[in-house]
Order: sequence, then C-alpha cells, then structure tokens
Amino acid sequence: MRTSFFPWLIMGWIGFAILPWYALEDGFWAFEWLIDGYPFDSDYAPALLQIFQDKEWLLPLLFPLLFPLCVFNRVKSDPKYASTLVISGGFGLAYILGQGFSVGISGWEFSTLESLFGPLETRQFGMGYGALLTSGAFLILLTTGLAAAGNLRGDVFVTSAIGIVVALVATFVFLPVGKILVSAFINDEGLYALSTFTNNFFTKKIWGIDCLSTSVSCGVGLNSFFLAILTATSTTLLGLGFALVATRTDFRWKKSLRVLTILPIITPPFVIGLALILLLGRSGTITQFVADLLNIEAGRWLYGLPGIWLAQTLSFTPIAFLVLIGVVEGVSPSMEEASQTLGASRWHTFKQVSLPLMRPGIANAFLIGFIESMADFGNPMVLGGNYDVLSTEIFFAIVGAQNDQSMAAVLAITLLMFTLSAFFAQRIWLGKKSYTTVAGKADSGIHAGMNPLLRRICMCVTIPWALFTIVIYGTVLFGGFVVNWGRNNSFTLQHYAEGFGIGWSEGNLVWEGAAWDSFWTTITISAIAAPLTAALGLLTAYLLVRQKFGGKNIFEFGTMLSFAIPGTVIGVSYILAFNVPPFELTGTAAILVLCFMFRNMPVGVRGGIAAMSQLDKSLDEASLTLGANSFTTLRKVILPLLRPAIVAALVYSFVRAITSVSAVIFLVSADHNMATSYIIGLVENGEYGIAIAYSSVLIFVMLSAILIVQKVIGERKLRRTNRLTSQSDTTKSSTNSAPMEKQA
Amino acid sequence: MTKKNIAFGFAVATLCAVSAVSAQAKEKLNVLCAADEEWCNLMKSTFEKESGVDVSMVRKSSGEIFAHIKAEARNPKVDVWWGGTGDPHLQAAAEDLTTPYKSEQIDSLLEWAQNQAKQGDYKTVGIYAGALGIGYNEELLKEKGLPVPKCWADLTNPAYKGEVQMANPNSSGTAYTTLATVVQLFGEEKGFEFLAGLHSNINQYTKSGSAPIKASARGETTLAVTFMHDMVKQVKKGFPIKVVAPCEGTGYEVGSMSIIKGARNLDNAKKFAEFALRPDVQSLAEKAKAYQVPSNSGSSVPEGAPKLTEIKLINYDFATYGSSETRKRLLKRWDDEIKSLPR
Repeated sequence: MRTSFFPWLIMGWIGFAILPWYALEDGFWAFEWLIDGYPFDSDYAPALLQIFQDKEWLLPLLFPLLFPLCVFNRVKSDPKYASTLVISGGFGLAYILGQGFSVGISGWEFSTLESLFGPLETRQFGMGYGALLTSGAFLILLTTGLAAAGNLRGDVFVTSAIGIVVALVATFVFLPVGKILVSAFINDEGLYALSTFTNNFFTKKIWGIDCLSTSVSCGVGLNSFFLAILTATSTTLLGLGFALVATRTDFRWKKSLRVLTILPIITPPFVIGLALILLLGRSGTITQFVADLLNIEAGRWLYGLPGIWLAQTLSFTPIAFLVLIGVVEGVSPSMEEASQTLGASRWHTFKQVSLPLMRPGIANAFLIGFIESMADFGNPMVLGGNYDVLSTEIFFAIVGAQNDQSMAAVLAITLLMFTLSAFFAQRIWLGKKSYTTVAGKADSGIHAGMNPLLRRICMCVTIPWALFTIVIYGTVLFGGFVVNWGRNNSFTLQHYAEGFGIGWSEGNLVWEGAAWDSFWTTITISAIAAPLTAALGLLTAYLLVRQKFGGKNIFEFGTMLSFAIPGTVIGVSYILAFNVPPFELTGTAAILVLCFMFRNMPVGVRGGIAAMSQLDKSLDEASLTLGANSFTTLRKVILPLLRPAIVAALVYSFVRAITSVSAVIFLVSADHNMATSYIIGLVENGEYGIAIAYSSVLIFVMLSAILIVQKVIGERKLRRTNRLTSQSDTTKSSTNSAPMEKQA
Repeated sequence: MTKKNIAFGFAVATLCAVSAVSAQAKEKLNVLCAADEEWCNLMKSTFEKESGVDVSMVRKSSGEIFAHIKAEARNPKVDVWWGGTGDPHLQAAAEDLTTPYKSEQIDSLLEWAQNQAKQGDYKTVGIYAGALGIGYNEELLKEKGLPVPKCWADLTNPAYKGEVQMANPNSSGTAYTTLATVVQLFGEEKGFEFLAGLHSNINQYTKSGSAPIKASARGETTLAVTFMHDMVKQVKKGFPIKVVAPCEGTGYEVGSMSIIKGARNLDNAKKFAEFALRPDVQSLAEKAKAYQVPSNSGSSVPEGAPKLTEIKLINYDFATYGSSETRKRLLKRWDDEIKSLPR
C-alpha cells in the first residue's frame, strides 16, 4: 500500500513555520492578520518566529519536526520507521500540550515551575491555526507510526481514526468533567482538601430524611431520587399501556399514537410546565372551572412534587412508549400460542410468558425515565415550588447568591452517582438470561389478544392521557395568540409581531422582531453541529462494531459518558476548561457547536451500532479482499448502506441542539445567543405570551425539518425494500433507536 | 484534496477575509446586562446610534453574570457589566474582578449612588435604586377577606397562612436584601424570630427574586415580598396589584455598573459608562417599562415609580451585609433555623 507520512509532516511544518501560532482575538474566521503586521507582530507570528521573540520554550518542537526526515527513505516495514514516527509524534504532541498547560495567560501555571525557573515575564494565549494544525500533524504521525509497528493489522486509517476520536473525547469530555470534579475538593482558600468534599457531601441538605416524618422537606439528593423513581414508574407503566394498545388491540387511532412519540423531542424546555400552569395553576383555566363548579377553594397543589411529576410524565411517556413498542412487537407469537395451547388462560399467558419476555424493554424504559427525570432542568425550574432537586440546585449553587463552585461539584457528583448506579442496577437485574425471541426461524403466529380486563384498564388509562397531552399542546399553540392568558383572552398577533416581525426599510428586508437574532443563531449553530455530530458518532460506532482493539470497553464508556452527565454540569465545566489557554473557546460559536457535538454524540453512536450490527461483516471482508483499504470500504460500502441511520442521527442532533437548555445558558455570548436561553429570559420576566409564541415557532420549524427528512428516507426505504428486503429492518431500527436516548 | 476543492477553499477564505475585514472596521463593546430585556435593548440601540460603536449585549441574571466574569477572570471577554443589584458588584470589586473608573459626572449623582462608588473603591457606581416592599393581589385579598398589610410585622399574621411568597435568599439577591433588611431593622435575634413567623405563612420560596410578584399578578399567590419597581411594572401591565411600603421602614438595592478588569475595549467601556450616567439617557428607562429611581439628580423619575424620598428607608449597611463573610453566616443561619422549620 502506498501511504506516506510526508504530507502530514508538511502540514506540521505549515502550522509551525507559516500560520499564526496563537489564537487570534478577532476570531477564527477573521483574516485581518494578513494585512496587520504578519509575520513579525507577536500576536500573529508563527511559532518559528515566536522562538526568536520571547517564547524560547517553543524551540524543542523543531526536534519532532526534523526527526522524521531521517526515515524518509526507509520502507514501512523497517522497525526504525515505526519507532521514529512514534517518538516524534508522541513527543511533539506531549510537548505542545505540556507547554500549553504550563505557560498561561499570566506566566507559569504551576507554582513548582515558577520556583524552578523563576518568574516568567511573558505569557501566551490559546492555540491558534498553527498550533492546532501542528498538533493534528503530530497526532497522525504518532498513529501512522503505531500502525507501521503492526498495531491493528497495520491499518493507518483505523489507527488514526481511533487516535482522533480518543483525542477529541479526552479534550472535550474528560478534560472539562475532570476539572469540575476536581473542584469538589478545593476549599475557600483554593487548596485541595478531602474535607471540602466530605463536609459538603454528608449533609442534611443532600440526604436529610425529615420529610418522612415531618413537614420539613427532605434533602435534595433524596428528593431527586424519589421523583426519578416515581417518574420512571409512571412513564414505564403508561408507555407499556400505550404499547399494548398500539400492538394488541384494534383501537382505531393507534397509528396516530406513534405521532405522539416525536412530540417530546421537538418540545422546547419549559413549554409543558408553562402550559400546566396556565391550565392547572391556582388561577389556571381548569382549576378555576372546577373550583367554581364544586365551590371549593383553588389550591396550589401543582407547585412541588405533584406538578413536576405530572410534567415529567407528560414529557417522557412517549419515550418509554417508543422503547417498549419494539419489544412488545418483538415477543414471539409462537411462544404465546404454545402457552395457550397448553391450556393457560390469556391472563396467565400474559403474566408468565409475554411479560417476562418484555423485561429488557421494561428495564430500558425505566432506566431512561429515571435518567431523564434526574437530569431534567426545565420542569423543576418552572414547577418546583419548595421541592428542590439536584439539577436546579446545581444551577443555583453556581449562579445563586452563594456562588459555591465546590458545592455545585459535590451535587454534580451525587447526581452522577445516581445515574451510574441506575445503569449498573439495570445490568444486574437483566442478568445474563436470554430474551431472544426473533431467531430467524419461521414465526407465523399472531399475537394473543389481551385479557378483557387488562384491555379495559389499558384503554381507560391511555386514551384520557393521550387526550390530556393533546390539550397541553393545544394550549401551547393557542397561548401564543391571546393577549394575556386567563385575564384577557382576546385574539392577537402581537406576540408574534414582537418576536418575529419583518419590515421594509429603504428597499431592504429588515428583521425587526426581537427573536430573529437568537433564532438564526440557533438554526445556524444546530445546522453546523448536526453533520459533525453524526459523522463523529457513526465513525465511533464503526470503530466499536467493526474493529477490535485494546481498551475498547473504556473507549466505549468514554464516548457514552456525556450522556449520563447533566447539562448544567457540562455547561459549567466547559467554561472552566475552555476559558484559558491552551484551549480558548468561551464566547465563540465553536464552544456551542462542540458542546452539542459531544453531548449528542452518544445517540449517533448507539444508532450507528444498531444499524451496523445488522450489516453482515462479509460485505466489508469482500471489499477488503478485493484490495480496497478500510477507508474506501467505509466510504463506498458501509456508508451507503447506513444512509437511514445517518439521516436519523442528523435530524436528531439538529433538533436536540435547538431544544437543549441547561448546558447552553452558561455558554451563550452576546454574538451567539440561543433560542432556549432567550426563552428563559422571557419566562423569568413573566412574558409568557412571547415565550409560548417563540416555542410554537420552534416546534413548527423542527416538525417541518423532521417531515422533510422523513419524506426523503421514506422514498429510499421503498426502493431498498424492493431490492434488498433486509434493508427495511435497518431503516426501521435506526430511525427508532435514535430518539430513544433523549436527554435533558 | 482535488484541485477543485482547493480552489473552492481559497474562494471561501477570500470571501471570509473580505467580510471579516469590513466587519472589523467597526469599534466594539461587550456588555452583560442584568436589567430586563427591554431596557437592555434600549440602552444598546441608543448607544450604538449615538457612538457608532458596535455593541454586543447579553441579558443574564446578576448571579449568572458574577459567575461568568469570575470564571473568565483571567481572560475576560466582557467589557461592561450594566445593571443588577449592587451586592455582587461590590463583591466583584472586592475580589478585584472590576477596574476603577471615576466618572466625570460623579458629583451630579445622588448620595446613595456616590456611596456605592466609594464603597467599591470606584470600581462600581450606582445607576438606579429600588426599595423593597410588600405587594398584594387586590382581587384575591378581597375574595378571601384578608386584612390589608401595612407593616413587615403584619406578614406573620396567621390569617395569611399559605398566602405569602418570597424568594429563597440562597438563590436570589432580592431575597438576601430582604433578609439583611429584616436583620438590620429588628436586630439579628428578633429578625430571625420574625422570619420564623413569616416562614409558617410562606407557600413557596421561589428561585428568582421577582417571581413572587409575577405569581401574585397571575393570582398564584396573594402576597409577595419583592422590589417595588417590579410591582409597579405589574400594575402598569394591568394586573390588580397594590404596592405597600412597610411602616417600619425598608431596605433598598443600588443597581450598579462596573467595568471589567482587563476589558479589551476599555475606551469604549468608559464611553458607555459616561453615557449610562447621563440624565437624558437615564430618563429613557420609563420607555422600557423600568420604574427604578435613576441615580443622576438631573434625570426624571418615571411616573408611578416609588418615590424614595417619601419612603422610610433604613440606613442600609452595604459594607457589612454585602461582605461574603456576613452573607455566608446569615444564609447558613437561615438554612439551619428557618428553612428546616416545619410549616
């Protein structure tokens, strides 16, 4: 094979000797430096010239850039070739990072270095074009060397891909999360102390159990736990009810039940909470009606546990439904028929055969409900009342009057503990039993009908609930068109005009509405983040499914970690990690894009894994045997077959970027304000009209995006079913699996 | 990369360069604003029109801004922090996050605004003031046949059980001001006794400072303890809210403005500071439905704004009660002795 490291070395040299080494103040896309003193101005100079100004510590970087030239004429199989590249790449990368973390914006970063070398007069900014390009080159040199040494069958592409994903995950997941976890141990004086953690962790504030016996509220940790258990139970039961109705009854509108499943994904945060207040609050429409009818006093029961529970159940039931419907459908009818043939009643069959087979689905739905509820920020924020939960407490520990970062970190650790234990508990409960029912054998039976009583219960619970959901969304739609809900119900377009007005001035179109700014930013940033998220997710999935390498489990855990971390924690950790060199990103659009990429990546990974496990490996092998390399195989064979999974990942990451809120509020800046953070401002100000109008516009935009894409996939699906029946399965599972892993 | 791709890359790069250069020609200023969205936007557009400086403004709550500039301290991207209650401004001054600037107009400012500047070593300055008060929903009060509150002490009346709302002092600056006011008014022991009595009437400690009066306006609660200008805003919106200045006297906040230490656009920041203190600019607040009292003696006080001269104000000790030591101690005491009481 004809692969050479030479182009990468040239790239390293370009970064080192030509491009500005440091980040430019005016932003990544500003090219003012070309005409403003380049290459000698110290702000714009490449590293080669910086060495002669006052940044001598960049000098050792010449070594890894020159050393590979020694093996320029050698063949790949020569052991010197491999070791030279590994040494140069490894040293170069380590040195760039080492100097970046050691010398910061105000000289030495570590006091030990200062006492060793004396105070440093100069300083350095974040990594710019040059530094990034050179680091990239070193990374590839390192992986090329590792591949030449025989790792991963000498496949340069696979080795480099793993190297890149590891580097990205380390930088954008482990570094920030590590930073915030460490801050749990830093006391007021800025010193590390275990007592800081223990003092904050073992307190009544987190673990108090007073609510069991008195009217005093419990600790936030327990509050969150109770709420999560309640929500997970109710969403799982309702989801199961819906799934049974949709698959085992002749209910007339069961097709439209599926439409419900996309609702929570396209609903901006706060919306359900707001609608509930307008309907069920003390002066809500329904409350007033009931109070007048029964002549009782309107209460405030909505604020607190009941309200959050209700809102979360409304929000997350569709997700449980989505998870369970596949499983309920998948239970093999022949097993049920066998049971009935052996004389078991319908109820007995359901209890002894069908239900145990649904266990993985139920466990998954419960787990997702639990984690969603734990990480949910919008609903407790609006409806919390005196019921404090971890996610909001973390937020207020940082932005509130106490401004206690180590407290926030401790709360974040508590939250993380709960979500991770839930993962493990689920693994244990499912155990190693086999739940396989789709075995590829002919399976022509039909599902047993439900026991009449069970059927009645399901119908009686699910239909009113579905109607209630419709009423809630109706309120959202309608709420944007009334002057002042509940007080002045006359029709108005004023909220829309204020937010989305368009005017003409001097022959130009003027975006007059106050919301346009954040609206376009949101759409642009989401549109940039979506393809990057999908690409990274699917690449990772490819590595996980198709390649074998050491540390694969840790690698998988790393890529999934950001799913279990609540958004608030991610937001704060990004500010902490990326405000100072070597990675200076706060205030840019890039930090928002990166945040979305790494928060939504697990979904792309999961979807990709699901889709890819269904593609027979012999396809790749055929391509490889015919002489294509792994990159060509991925591009020409696997990707075309994965098209539906790609589209699903694209849509999902686009929509998630629009609706995410808890991480975003910390990362927005004047130039890049996002819709959700703008809506929070409106809600805080009590401007419910515009907030709801804005939310409806977002729902509409996302819905149309999904429908357009759905249409495109739909056509593909049709063509593929004609040619290759197995493909339709892929399409279904991948489009379904994506929304399963919605997070707050 | 094919030739076509490279050519395309160059085309994009050139385009970017051209547009970037033309965008760079403009002067810039980054402002974090803690007042209401409408007021923030008005300040932004007026300043832009007048100075030609390109202003980027984001609205956040005071707490968020403080957390933000603290996190960014070693490499600030923000130039000016405009608005929001004075305590975090003083705290920022004490932690050396902001930079001193003595305005040319300092002598025309009212006494409380100058005091704020002196206390913060001129790293901050007062731009508006607002007093705490009790607000109630007139319709609800009548419907329930409850007495009209006149004083702080009335709020402990058992008749109001489950009808009073205030913010949680741990999360809201407004509520901390209330806590500090009560302690200064009654003394610490008596103050906490009052808070314990109030606690049994409270239906919810909200997260945000102005949330209680908004809840009262919509009829979710009857009484609310917030700043009076927030109440006036609800009155102007047409809600049946009445504003009460407590008979014992009341505390107040000094909304402030600070220039961030290490600001990248320092000259424009100073220009903005002078602009924000000018009487004609401060008088614009009413247009943005803000009813605080402006700090320049030459500014016109918005119609309907609570007149600070007619309200009995306590001699609020910002130095003591704004210090993080006292704050931590009082908040801990409130958590231990009040929040944990049964209702």
